Amino acid sequence: MMVRVYVTLKPGVLDPQGMTIQKALATLGYAEAEEVRQGKYFEIRWSGEPGDEARRRVEAIAAGVLSNPVIEGYRIEWPAAERGA
Amino acid sequence: MKAAVVVFPGSNCDHDTQHVLERVAGAEVRMVWHTERDLADPDLVVLPGGFSYGDYLRTGALARFSPVMESIRSFAARGGLVLGICNGFQILQEAGLLPGAMLRNRGLRFICRHVHLRVERADTPFTSEYRAGQVLSLPIAHNEGNFYAAAEELEDLERNRQVILRYSNAAGEATDEANPNGSLRNIAGVTNRAGNVLGMMPHPERASEALLGSEDGFGLFASLVATLARRVEATR
Repeated sequence: MMVRVYVTLKPGVLDPQGMTIQKALATLGYAEAEEVRQGKYFEIRWSGEPGDEARRRVEAIAAGVLSNPVIEGYRIEWPAAERGA
Repeated sequence: MKAAVVVFPGSNCDHDTQHVLERVAGAEVRMVWHTERDLADPDLVVLPGGFSYGDYLRTGALARFSPVMESIRSFAARGGLVLGICNGFQILQEAGLLPGAMLRNRGLRFICRHVHLRVERADTPFTSEYRAGQVLSLPIAHNEGNFYAAAEELEDLERNRQVILRYSNAAGEATDEANPNGSLRNIAGVTNRAGNVLGMMPHPERASEALLGSEDGFGLFASLVATLARRVEATR
């Protein structure tokens, strides 16, 4: 199954890249894009069985490796069958 | 002084650091590959600058899982002196041995030039040969040196006097114009709470010989040598 992890800067943490992208968009005529925050996106092909253990292990990866808790938060997206479990 | 210089895949200031420690500061240096676990009882561990693991994921993020890091963690917990320069600083932050995290420079450019820095404290093992308030000229070379910590942690750092170096102008004023990368409170160097682990973005090893244009960085290595000599003296 494919597990997707989104890592984003916490609110209030300066995002120089996002600000630069927003300014570029404004220059290109997309004035409605009033703020841009850049993040990271990971696709993990997971070979283990779905379930609590998989959730625990992916959580450990997202919290302990893919994100830095000082500046970033994360969101894990599970395949449809796993959602709401 | 016995120093261990840790070499990660992608370290590139390791030999400069070794050179200054050995040839200028007169230390005995052992280079420690990142997969080693035995630091061989040094007085000082240095994590040099570079691009460990290609800076993939985040600067220092993957290096902190190297086997040697567990030994460095125990060494630091026992009060051992640890110095992280540039990427070494970033690795120590990722490992949780130093506070804060580095964001991209606010100007989004890699900055490689000399900057002025104000020494905030001269009563640390790393800065005893400087004067408090002294202004140094040292080179920086980084893309992610924009120091960030949450507001409460920043207050803690100030209250515990953990900020050792601040970006300043030549007069020693920590102004916004003198801040090259957007670091909060112009922070360029901080210690851990106990004061035995220092991280700094500037490169003292690149400014320790007159031939290279500045000797301002040598005070840091001289301070460590002097501190350790004093400790040996005290145990006699």
